[in-house]
Amino acid sequence: MARFVLIALLFATALAACPAVRAEGLNPYTIVDDAIPESLTGTKGDATRGRALIVERSSTCILCHSGPFAEQAFQGDLAPNLSGSGGRWSEGQLRLRLVDASHLNPATIMPSYYRLDGLTRVGNAWRDRPILSAEQIEDIVAYLVTLRD
Amino acid sequence: MKLFGCIAILTALAGAALATEIPQGEHRSGASFMGPDTRAMQDDDTANPGMLWVLDGETLWTRKAGTADKACADCHSDARVSMRGVAAHYPAFDKTLGRPVDLEGRINLCRSNHQQATPLRYESRELLALTAYVAEQSRGMPIEAGHDPDLAPFVAKGHELFTQRQGQLNLACANCHDDNWDKKLAGAPITQGQPTGYPLYRLEWQSLGSLQRRLRACITGIRAQAYDFGSPELVELEAYLMSRARGMKIETPAVRP
Ligand code: HEC
Ligand code: HEC
Repeated sequence: MARFVLIALLFATALAACPAVRAEGLNPYTIVDDAIPESLTGTKGDATRGRALIVERSSTCILCHSGPFAEQAFQGDLAPNLSGSGGRWSEGQLRLRLVDASHLNPATIMPSYYRLDGLTRVGNAWRDRPILSAEQIEDIVAYLVTLRD
Repeated sequence: MKLFGCIAILTALAGAALATEIPQGEHRSGASFMGPDTRAMQDDDTANPGMLWVLDGETLWTRKAGTADKACADCHSDARVSMRGVAAHYPAFDKTLGRPVDLEGRINLCRSNHQQATPLRYESRELLALTAYVAEQSRGMPIEAGHDPDLAPFVAKGHELFTQRQGQLNLACANCHDDNWDKKLAGAPITQGQPTGYPLYRLEWQSLGSLQRRLRACITGIRAQAYDFGSPELVELEAYLMSRARGMKIETPAVRP
């Protein structure tokens, strides 16, 4: 854990000096430090829909993460528990973590949910669209910020 | 300068987190991650559903086929003698083709070249049965695949495929099977992805299935384009997995959840 925090700190330093990247074929967004402060859709997401999305297997979150989802018997332990993520991170920080976690940690296993470039051999069924839509990401962000503890 | 510093830091950190191979002494079969019921099913031949395919294979071994009207047994006699240890060396380099072939590929080469019969379809009952019967003759023997120097470039390609991120989820085999094999994906254990038991009976499939079927499932799981059955890439992955599993015991027909 200590190592993770150290790496996160190093990245924060590195990223402050990095120019912002822009996605093609997607809603444009701007990275400020380690966050995307503005909504991808221009509006606020729906936290109830966001929770439902996270619990859905096809969103892939709980393959790796666990969280306060008592109704879901099968959760992953490859990644931090999502409880309290709204206490640890701001809305904008959470948004960047969903849009492109690899921007913060190039070695992360967390997929980039709103990215089209830099991917190899994407299957036909999934080609040319991000894993989640801008709306879905805003819904999930709206839910994650409510996870204060 | 700023940009350069940024790239240097990012590159150094990415390098520090590269996948590490599992040390020889820590190799574990998928069987060791299963519950006691599934293990008992694998260990008891009368309860192991895979044995039905092995029995079918034993019958097919002596059945004449093709315009040559020959059975496997006509060339290879008693499989319990002639096929002992064979599966532990596959995929093997085929000098005529100049590339490795896996056990299914070898069986189909015998069919077309020596029996003059049509090749068996991948995942067909017959091909799975014959493969399981041949592989079962090596049960308990250590895997020795990958020694042949002719194989080296193909094993290396397989290794490259294993560590290359791919698909919409942008994951490499190694992200799960080298780096996170002691963890759980949606509650189910991620194993080391060892190829020791194939063809094997998967409860989820309610059938026997080949190693290639398993590899295609993992590739689709990361939302990448699955290679076709019999494609060079799948055989290269098999060759790498078998050389990675060197020394581990063959378990065919294994059972998995
Ligand atoms: C394949 C694994 C994987 C998947 C799938 C995944 N994540 Fe992550 N996630 C991680 C890992 C690992 C981290 C730790 C930080 C890192 O490595 O970048 C992380 C970090 C996070 C964080 C920051 C957690 C904290 O408190 O530090 C949030 C929030 C998060 N993920 C949300 C999600 C959501 C929501 C989804 C689905 C839409 C998701 N993740 C899918 C692996 C995954
Ligand atoms: C996101 C995680 C993940 C990735 C990436 C992944 N797998 Fe798997 N793999 C699994 C899970 C889960 C299983 C089923 C449980 C088990 O048998 O390990 C599995 C099973 C296997 C098995 C069967 C092991 C046995 O005991 O029968 C092999 C072999 C395998 N994977 C190889 C690969 C290869 C090769 C790749 C890349 C092309 C790959 N996997 C990518 C998660 C993954």
